[in-house]
Amino acid sequence: MRIDGERILAANGLMVRRGGVQVLDIPSLAIEQGKCLTLIGPNGAGKSTLLLALACLIKPSTGTLAFKGQRLASDHDLFAYRRRVAMVFQEPLLFDTTVFENIAAGLKLRKVKHAEVERRVREYAQQFGIMHLLQRSARKVSGGEAQRTSLARAFSTQPEIIFLDEPFSSLDPPTRDSLIEDLHRILHETQTTAVMATHDREEALRLSDDMAVMHTGSIVQIGSPEEIMNHPANDFVAAFIGMETVIPGMVSSSERGVLTVSASGRDILAVGEAAPGEEVCLCIRPENVTLSTAVADRTSARNVFAASILRIIPKGLYYKIEMDCGFFLVAYVTRQSLDDLSLHAAQMVTASFKATAVHVILK
Amino acid sequence: MDLILEGIRQAIHLLFTLDPEVLGITALSLKVSGSATLISLCIGISSGTAVALNQFPGKRLVISLINTGMGLPPVVVGLLVTIFLWRNGPLGSLEILYTPTAIIIAQAVIATPIITGISMAAIQHLPRELRLQILALGATRLQMVWILIREARLPLLAAVMAGFGGVISEVGASIMVGGNIKGYTRVLTTATVMETSKGNFEVALALGIILLILAFLINAILTHIQQRERPR
Repeated sequence: MRIDGERILAANGLMVRRGGVQVLDIPSLAIEQGKCLTLIGPNGAGKSTLLLALACLIKPSTGTLAFKGQRLASDHDLFAYRRRVAMVFQEPLLFDTTVFENIAAGLKLRKVKHAEVERRVREYAQQFGIMHLLQRSARKVSGGEAQRTSLARAFSTQPEIIFLDEPFSSLDPPTRDSLIEDLHRILHETQTTAVMATHDREEALRLSDDMAVMHTGSIVQIGSPEEIMNHPANDFVAAFIGMETVIPGMVSSSERGVLTVSASGRDILAVGEAAPGEEVCLCIRPENVTLSTAVADRTSARNVFAASILRIIPKGLYYKIEMDCGFFLVAYVTRQSLDDLSLHAAQMVTASFKATAVHVILK
Repeated sequence: MDLILEGIRQAIHLLFTLDPEVLGITALSLKVSGSATLISLCIGISSGTAVALNQFPGKRLVISLINTGMGLPPVVVGLLVTIFLWRNGPLGSLEILYTPTAIIIAQAVIATPIITGISMAAIQHLPRELRLQILALGATRLQMVWILIREARLPLLAAVMAGFGGVISEVGASIMVGGNIKGYTRVLTTATVMETSKGNFEVALALGIILLILAFLINAILTHIQQRERPR
């Protein structure tokens, strides 16, 4: 695990069992001051459970937490800790009162003086762009405005760590985008440490300094987004973060850092370290695959295959092309390329990718 | 038909002339049933909330007992309270049988399970994560319970109305433990029973109309609460 910044929160041997089933197993995790760590993984990976355990809202079966080096032991420690952190859930969970009173809720629980409550509510309402809603009933605001209120309520207590449990997943895309932007700015300005669970890798990429990929209650890889996107630790991470092509194969030769891997009867060249005979997984990002309809010229790409197009799937701004070239391969192309090459299903094309674009994972 | 029309005419006359006896009976009814509801409210909301928020062995049994209690037959309650307060019963030394206090006790016994049951359902109906959210905002456990009760205030108000509606219109227990003593323990329902049996239909009708108005008011408030807001 990397230790760059100062640790604000450290978890050790955190385990949660529910009905005899282990749902969380985190041997150790350190949260760095002022950074945003995203927990990414499919539903049921244990992201929410980990957040709740880190926020001391559920009692883990075993394990300890240390906040700024101080172990949280007694009930009083936990309570004091909870007053220094905040959490926002997927649902806004607003109280049946005005937006103002909602934002003020955490402050009033702390018996903050009236004038200060007023000042802070306005400050954070301003930050989240909901000044005009302060006197409105929280039941009569839109989903995005409600989530903004919920975030303002959490931030108004000026927490040292904020835990966010899929805060955008019930919002429509434009609302979500503008809120992510605002949250990113506010996290940056206030230098608040954040831990966010999400199953959306774009969301994770936009907000995180570090990413932790979770699967069945454990963290399978933790690192910077670049590290994870470019060097997934195993096939699960590769598949989950969008290496759409993951091909199992066996190394047939290894020469000066270039591997020849035989997969489904084809030879694929890849850069990596492995001995002949070893089983590997090859991961190829769709954006690194180029298509052409001409017979392949000389190209720097070491991997050139004849492929037949299986399906063309529109993805909004680009198209996803699924191909069969002995193995299953995915490429992304723009609308322009699709038109220029007049691609259609069952068409034969030439697919190529560099040996350096293949990420090798040892099995 | 004449009997009914004449009865209604006289009943309205009694109401509009503010007949002291009718007024006295109404005031006592409100006082007795109001006090009983207040007592049930304190016990019912706190125990309903406690059952809803805590996990303990036998919780299901407790919940089904509360639900059964919501339909306690008033005469059975009247019988049990009478036995307890009887001169040589367990609480006989208090000497409160055939007093308004005895009616209040009996009515509180009837209303408590109703208010407990509805409160429990109201608190359980709040999203589970709301509790976590309140704790995450830095609430103590007591503060959390208070906020939950505040969030469930509309259904809790409905609980109060249901409890009050149940006891103000109840007759069996009141007549058994109160004895329908004129000017002392005579309430709207017991008086209606007695006046009807004596053939004084105009007085019985006047009392009946007051009961109907009360029932209507309670239902109107309940309907208003249920129809208000809740868009999300």
